[in-house]
Amino acid sequence: MEQFANRDGIPLIFDLIRAIQENKQYLSDIDGAIGDGDHGINMNKGFTLCREELLANPGNLTHGLKTLSKILVMKIGGSMGPLYGTFFKSMAAACDGQDAIDMAVFGRMLSSGREGIQKISDAKLGDKTLMDVLLLAEAAYQAAAQTGEPFRVCLDKMVEAARHGRDATKEMVAKLGRSSRLGERSRGVVDAGAASCCLILETMAGTIGHLLNGSLDSSQGL
Amino acid sequence: MQKMINAPEAAVDEMVEGYLKAHPDLVAGTDNARVLKYRQAPIPGKVGIVTGGGSGHKPAFIGYIGRNMVDAVAVGEIFSSPPAQMFFDAFRAADGGKGVACLYGNYAGDNMNVRMAVEQAKEEGIEVRTVVANDDVPSAPGDQRAKRRGVAGEILMWKVGGAKAAMGASLDEVIAQAQKAIDNTRSMGIGLMPCTIPEVGHPNFMIEEGKMEVGIGHHGEPGLEVVALETAAQMARRMTEIILPDLPFNAHDEVVVLISGLGSTPLMELYILYNEVEKIFGKKQLRIYRPYVGNYFTSLEMAGVTLTVMKLDADLKACIDYEVDSMGLRQFA
Repeated sequence: MEQFANRDGIPLIFDLIRAIQENKQYLSDIDGAIGDGDHGINMNKGFTLCREELLANPGNLTHGLKTLSKILVMKIGGSMGPLYGTFFKSMAAACDGQDAIDMAVFGRMLSSGREGIQKISDAKLGDKTLMDVLLLAEAAYQAAAQTGEPFRVCLDKMVEAARHGRDATKEMVAKLGRSSRLGERSRGVVDAGAASCCLILETMAGTIGHLLNGSLDSSQGL
Repeated sequence: MQKMINAPEAAVDEMVEGYLKAHPDLVAGTDNARVLKYRQAPIPGKVGIVTGGGSGHKPAFIGYIGRNMVDAVAVGEIFSSPPAQMFFDAFRAADGGKGVACLYGNYAGDNMNVRMAVEQAKEEGIEVRTVVANDDVPSAPGDQRAKRRGVAGEILMWKVGGAKAAMGASLDEVIAQAQKAIDNTRSMGIGLMPCTIPEVGHPNFMIEEGKMEVGIGHHGEPGLEVVALETAAQMARRMTEIILPDLPFNAHDEVVVLISGLGSTPLMELYILYNEVEKIFGKKQLRIYRPYVGNYFTSLEMAGVTLTVMKLDADLKACIDYEVDSMGLRQFA
């Protein structure tokens, strides 16, 4: 049975934090091309605050997602605070009380996260936002799950679709957010939110792969 | 980057600390270090007026905290919406039991964070209603007004909403009046030089020497076009030709004119522009009931200007004339 214990899942959050910290400059640079250049700074601020809180008070994966969400919503603001805050909060809700995270639970977490964002944002496929990554990634994951593919194949499909979605935003014209004012001039650059969403999904898939291999104990991600 | 700061990431917190020390007669801190309130707030029996937004627009937003104006403000990072929790804490700081009017500008982040804060307030029994300013004409076509950003017209919305609340109006009445204020207000900007967010360290857009950006937004959002730098008279004509037909403003209308610098444009130039605007309005028989010229809503050290025009009726006039005491706006009867 391909699964990992919720109580062993906290390295996933620490890996997300590290991924955002390491890509702070990259995210700010692509945001600077058509936005205001602070995406990496704000994400890094929120995720780093979360690291401090989790080091003081760790817990299981659900707790980690809730902590991350709480900090993004309470401390970060901008557009990404509420969007990712809602995403992680909704993911947490879908694994709350689940001792084991398997293919079906993670599928529900993805869908719940996507539904959460749709409650506060009207972004649609093709608007050049993080939804261009999330919608494709979720669909690819669920399609693989329905055909009975193993958990890790579903994750691979999710990552593949996420990257495809991220790269596709390059040719799109922004319809929402600050870069939408650029119209045609927003074409030619990957959307910063799409890039961070892809990074988050890639990192999740990578850590879950390690957890499924049993190659990661719960202290290693720190 | 030529800035008088200590550390880029501390700029907002240190500005707030300094502001509190400089204006103890008007403003007080709250449990939330990023929520400032009028010293007397909450005022029992008065509708609370709340706003908030990213920093870097001084005097907006905290400069409009004061008597008969804004009761509490959520202070975000530079050019970035405050989180939902801050808006919620501002609602609590302003709620005198008659509900809260949250009057803010139309930006994606602010919309989401305010929406979440209003939900939270509802759960805690605080009634909050909102008016979203969308006075920036070049930011979207007339048939898509809901997409337009809020700029310096927000000041007139706060002025009118704050006065209405001070007159003892209900939450419904305050909301209706603030909505009417912004519905009758049109703005646009011209940018001459860019600005730098301290944490970014370099300008995130450029305006070449000898050029100007027509319709630029308050965070450097691209405008309608970049053209060769014009004279003040030509700029005044260009802006009035875009703003006036949009409402439209007609001969014999009484209007408020607000000219705000974007940060580093000298007041001298603002008065040169006002002189030109006044001539155009004279020819069009628009009556300037009250002009405001100054740095009312800036964008860090951007050079340039926002022109805002509001059409008045008797109700709006009464609110505009109402006494107000804040750092950014002082009028005594």
